[in-house]
Amino acid sequence: MLRLFAAIGRYFILMGKVFSRPEKGSIYRRRIVCEMEALGVDSIGLTAIISIFIGAVITLQMCINLESPFIPKSLVGYATRETMILEFSSTVVALILAGKVGSSIASEIGTMRITEQIDALEIMGVNSASYLILPKIVAAVFFFPFLTILSILIGILGGWAISCLTGIMLPADYLDGLLLDFKPYSITYSLIKMAVFAYLITSVSAFFGYYAKGNSLEVGAASTRAVVAGSVVIMIFNLMLTQILLI
Amino acid sequence: MIRAQHIVKSFDGRTVLDDISVEFETGRTNLIIGKSGSGKTVLLKSLVGLHGIDSGAVWYDDINFTELGFRERKAIRKDIGMIFQGGALLDSSSVEENVKLPLDLFTEQSEAEKLERVNFCLQRVRLENANRLYPAELSGGMIKRVAIARAIVLNPKYLFCDEPNSGLDPQTSIVIDNLIHEITREYNITTIINTHDMNSVMEIGEKIVYIHEGRKWWEGTKDEILQADNPELNAFVFASAMAKRAKAAVR
Repeated sequence: MLRLFAAIGRYFILMGKVFSRPEKGSIYRRRIVCEMEALGVDSIGLTAIISIFIGAVITLQMCINLESPFIPKSLVGYATRETMILEFSSTVVALILAGKVGSSIASEIGTMRITEQIDALEIMGVNSASYLILPKIVAAVFFFPFLTILSILIGILGGWAISCLTGIMLPADYLDGLLLDFKPYSITYSLIKMAVFAYLITSVSAFFGYYAKGNSLEVGAASTRAVVAGSVVIMIFNLMLTQILLI
Repeated sequence: MIRAQHIVKSFDGRTVLDDISVEFETGRTNLIIGKSGSGKTVLLKSLVGLHGIDSGAVWYDDINFTELGFRERKAIRKDIGMIFQGGALLDSSSVEENVKLPLDLFTEQSEAEKLERVNFCLQRVRLENANRLYPAELSGGMIKRVAIARAIVLNPKYLFCDEPNSGLDPQTSIVIDNLIHEITREYNITTIINTHDMNSVMEIGEKIVYIHEGRKWWEGTKDEILQADNPELNAFVFASAMAKRAKAAVR
């Protein structure tokens, strides 16, 4: 327990360094653009593939389980939309990104630590924490919500496509369901969640990488710890944000 | 000039540096030598502030570096160049970007001026036309040369080298040693090199400090080292069969 509190303390000290005054704005702007490509654009494919299949599977399962003639089939479209917006495209996509992006950040920064690249930056007088981590955080917080929007759209498309391809329900019913009782605030809620998760994924995984010690085995271990800790923190914050934003 | 005064450093209760006092002179190649695990790297990293010291002081000319805060140290660090054992080039940046980074961060030069300076430094280390290459595409010797170019790009007053020729073949090692020596003379830099390579000692060691079990055991010049009667130093200097034969031949 003491180690946990010590780690949390070190995390906040690191964040203090990360958010201290940046070295030079132009360098950071360039790095943010590069990180948007590495963390965000490169995750579009994975997000799209998972979203389209999950959207299709939700639609299929809802169709199979809603057999009562008293329940209109259009509810399948409604349920798919709500599932994608409220949970999948923010929380589940964030968990997937915690695996992909989180491990990549932890291993990248961990490798820089053990190969003395971070020491080299410090010797130059660079605030290495801010230089390496801040652009990743900014890039993810701004870009990941676009992945959420993309995931919602593609997931819903996946549901529609499966209804067309299998004939398990009428596409027109699916579309009716999509328009049923739509609350724009749900999108806002989902985007806020994803922005918070983006911050957590990047900062937590950077923390594990930044304090990596030893050799390549330790970098691997730091990467694993980053994914596990990132996922747990996402689940805790999901609960808290849902309580705060929806209830 | 860099002066270490009574430096003590320990890790988890184990003393790694024990009361080390030494002066490193300007315009000379100062070598810290010793066996692996003797505390050489810890001393070097303590001098540049990468390790905090338990007691003692480090002076850069007339400035007590130990007492400075982060902002004040930053001003001195612009005058420091360091070459790490593995080069420590940023893997995601090209050779040109690696060398240009200090200029990007600390100067207001135009892109053309920065590029001119980068090319000059790369030429100085005999690495023309390598601008677009990435560290993964370079040999060990080339990595060290890029690291030297990056270290000198801001015209440093102090140059630190942590085992600059480790992992290199003897010929390339001599090239790197001579390059560092030339640069030291040319720009009148205070250079401190950490090494356990006796070839380096005999090639460029103008002032040599021998560290043994965390303590300063001996200091002198490359000419004096062969005559020294310190048993630990002799065991280190004449460890190889070739060195023993050379010593016997001289006698």
